[in-house]
Amino acid sequence: MNQSITNKKKRKKDTVALVLIYLSSGFSIGLLLLILGYVAFKAVPYFSFKYLYSTTSIIDHTVGILPNIINTLYLVIVTLLIACPIGIGGAIYLHEYAKNQKLVRIVTFANEVLAGIPSIIYGLFGMLFFGVYLGWGFSILTGACTLSLMVLPIITRNTQTSLETVPKSYREAALGLGTNKWYMIRTVLLPSAIPGVLTGVILSIGRIISESAALLFTAGSGVLLPKGLFSHLFNSGATLTIQLYLEMSKANYENAFVIAFVLVIVVLLLNLFAKFIASKWDVSKVENNGK
Amino acid sequence: MNKEMTSINSDLKKREVVEKSAEHILRFLSIVSIIAVIVITGYMLMAGTPALLKYGIFDILFGTVWQPTSSNPSFGILYVILTSIVGVTIAVIIAVPIGLLTAIHLSEIATRRSSKWMKTAIELLAGIPSIVYGLLGVQIINPIIYQLELLIFKNSATHQFTGGSNLLAAILVLVIMILPTLISVSENALRAVPNNYRTSSLALGASKMQTIFKVILPSAKSGIISAIVLGIGRAMGEAMAIVLVAGNTIHIPLPFSSVRFLTTAIVSEMGYAQGAHREVLFTIGLVLFLFIMLINVMLSAVLKRGEE
Amino acid sequence: MKKIHSYIIIILLCISVSGCKSTTTNSGNNVVIKVNGSTSMEKLINGLGELINREYPNISIEAQFTGSSAGIESVINKTSLIGNSSRLLKEEEEAKGLVANIVAIDGIIVITNQSNNVSSLSKEQLIAIYKGEIRNWNEIGGEDVPIVIIGREAASGTRTAFEDILGIENECKYIQEINEAGGVVAKVESIKGAIGYVSLDLLTKKTKALAIDGIEPTIESIRNGQYLLQRPYLMVTMGEISKQSQEVQKIFEFIDSDKGKAFIESIGLVPVS
Repeated sequence: MNQSITNKKKRKKDTVALVLIYLSSGFSIGLLLLILGYVAFKAVPYFSFKYLYSTTSIIDHTVGILPNIINTLYLVIVTLLIACPIGIGGAIYLHEYAKNQKLVRIVTFANEVLAGIPSIIYGLFGMLFFGVYLGWGFSILTGACTLSLMVLPIITRNTQTSLETVPKSYREAALGLGTNKWYMIRTVLLPSAIPGVLTGVILSIGRIISESAALLFTAGSGVLLPKGLFSHLFNSGATLTIQLYLEMSKANYENAFVIAFVLVIVVLLLNLFAKFIASKWDVSKVENNGK
Repeated sequence: MNKEMTSINSDLKKREVVEKSAEHILRFLSIVSIIAVIVITGYMLMAGTPALLKYGIFDILFGTVWQPTSSNPSFGILYVILTSIVGVTIAVIIAVPIGLLTAIHLSEIATRRSSKWMKTAIELLAGIPSIVYGLLGVQIINPIIYQLELLIFKNSATHQFTGGSNLLAAILVLVIMILPTLISVSENALRAVPNNYRTSSLALGASKMQTIFKVILPSAKSGIISAIVLGIGRAMGEAMAIVLVAGNTIHIPLPFSSVRFLTTAIVSEMGYAQGAHREVLFTIGLVLFLFIMLINVMLSAVLKRGEE
Repeated sequence: MKKIHSYIIIILLCISVSGCKSTTTNSGNNVVIKVNGSTSMEKLINGLGELINREYPNISIEAQFTGSSAGIESVINKTSLIGNSSRLLKEEEEAKGLVANIVAIDGIIVITNQSNNVSSLSKEQLIAIYKGEIRNWNEIGGEDVPIVIIGREAASGTRTAFEDILGIENECKYIQEINEAGGVVAKVESIKGAIGYVSLDLLTKKTKALAIDGIEPTIESIRNGQYLLQRPYLMVTMGEISKQSQEVQKIFEFIDSDKGKAFIESIGLVPVS
């Protein structure tokens, strides 16, 4: 047991370890800087705000990603419309109503399984089930339903965590005033749980925006502008990530870097927004009596 | 004042109905995930097994010739399976030390301020869409690997040059992709170790490094293992980032060979495969699915043992 | 758990009732025609779509590009109205009622990296390269650079046509199989010893098209049949054009018209009369 602090040999090992540690974290951080820098460096010469509101036309010789931005928005909104009620509702049931703990464990396990399935498998399933069996083919609706399964665990988990942080006293006070359970949940619990739910929503938006493998065979690669608000759901729609893949495949690297640049900026903004929400509405900072 | 709001006895029946239906609806919503898992598993099995029965499990899983569109089709995916295993294993072996050491830096060594913005940086890395990594792989990694290839195989008479799109390039891209996940989950695990472990170890005369490697790391073992498993899962399931850097023809997984992974095999051919070819692609999907399930089950088993 | 059973049954019932398969989507008067197929024909189809939309504002073409065979398949299983193919139909495909409508003739050019100083190959040399028998450019008068063989995926119409014309089906020693026509261009542009094949309209400044047996690939040499590697572009329909919907008929009318032919020529293809 050479625990003596005057032992010089141990010091050498320590410095080696320290050097390795600094190298590793330098590498990791350096990676981020390299990626951001390279994407910006390659994209800025070609970038102009015009990209964001024009379409790609062979006849007019223009390039633009407006349809892709619209498709991405459609996908985010529809996916959330499907996933949020299911996720939030499910989490509420599991946390507030469920008396059978076995059910809670099975559902939690199912959510973990869903979270672990690779996106290409979701893509295959979505294509088979929503695309072929239900007959929706390549469409935004197919893509949205597939993605909602992917983000379901995120929303459920975050809502559950958020419900856990709401102090018991809130519930007891409301029930003590004579409200019914659902009323209490609606008017007292949910509003207090909103920050956690919002975190889940933002994480889901991040996931939806970065998703490509699951969308390739579900939402497809269409780039038409919507002719009707609702009918566009049944059209095929390439999101920004899918368009990036297509441009890469065709070696249009200028377009590809512009799209990559836009994506990185969006992710950055989302991240900052999430941090802002988390810091501003921290329920656990509120006084907890009896928790 | 609104009468409805003050009296707790009025509309009792109406309230009852609302309450009951709310509970039913919520219960239904909570089991959607169970239904989803069952349906997805069912579909994968339904889609993936016919080919196994038709062409023989042995021929498919252990065959080495992949010629799905010739007049005498052959569906051997052994090399594809091996590529996924070898590629992911090597990627994890490279990424884990780097990720773990970075996590140690974040949680044990960095000051509060610097660890804050480092964490933001890692979260940003984690949020970047994987296809962007693929783009950088094609633009930066492929050319470098090609130069390396030209150098190493300068006088080779038998090497078929891949132009830089090979297993090595794919592994490098995978390493970069799983690094952020590894770092953040490991860091959480390290931070969760109670502080008195650190203080008592230091009090006994151990140096900081000794404390970290002999006390904290072992205590955070289960968290770190789940980080590694998450990384493995992410690497196994990645398709878009590596499909354009790995070469996309089927060979034995050697570093400078053009290869196909389970995932890239599906992505590259699903768009146009028909009939038997398509069925086998779903079989590949099934194999992938079972691999991931296996890894996750092993994780739960390890974690459970860790809790005891 | 009985309640859960009843919920499951309810969902399954709802799911089995739904389903709206359509090869066109209508919103008001607007018709969207779904087409699918060859990636080589992307410029043609996208350009046609825009021109037709200007001519008939209520008709739009929604195009997927997943490869010739997939395009043909999608017409058979009714997920699209028109299938774009850069190879001829097989017998069993025609037996299912498909009609091949040739809309243009395309040349397949063999491209190499700009730095390559070889500018012509004989048919035999081309075959030997793709079979892996010639492995370095210096064996045919070029520099000491190894040959990197790029090709398309197994169901590509371009690949089928290329291998058919040269008689080397299933004998090519590809080191990279790319899913998209443009992807081949990408690889050849960036890899020094690369060789690949794409349709004529994809020639870029960073790639060189080789002459085959001394004949340069131009619209003229394709039109008069001298250039070896040429194949038809088909827009496949289920049944004759006269049996299709009004909008689809208008599409084919436009292709036949002067405007259509002018566009086809403008992108480097040979229109058919």
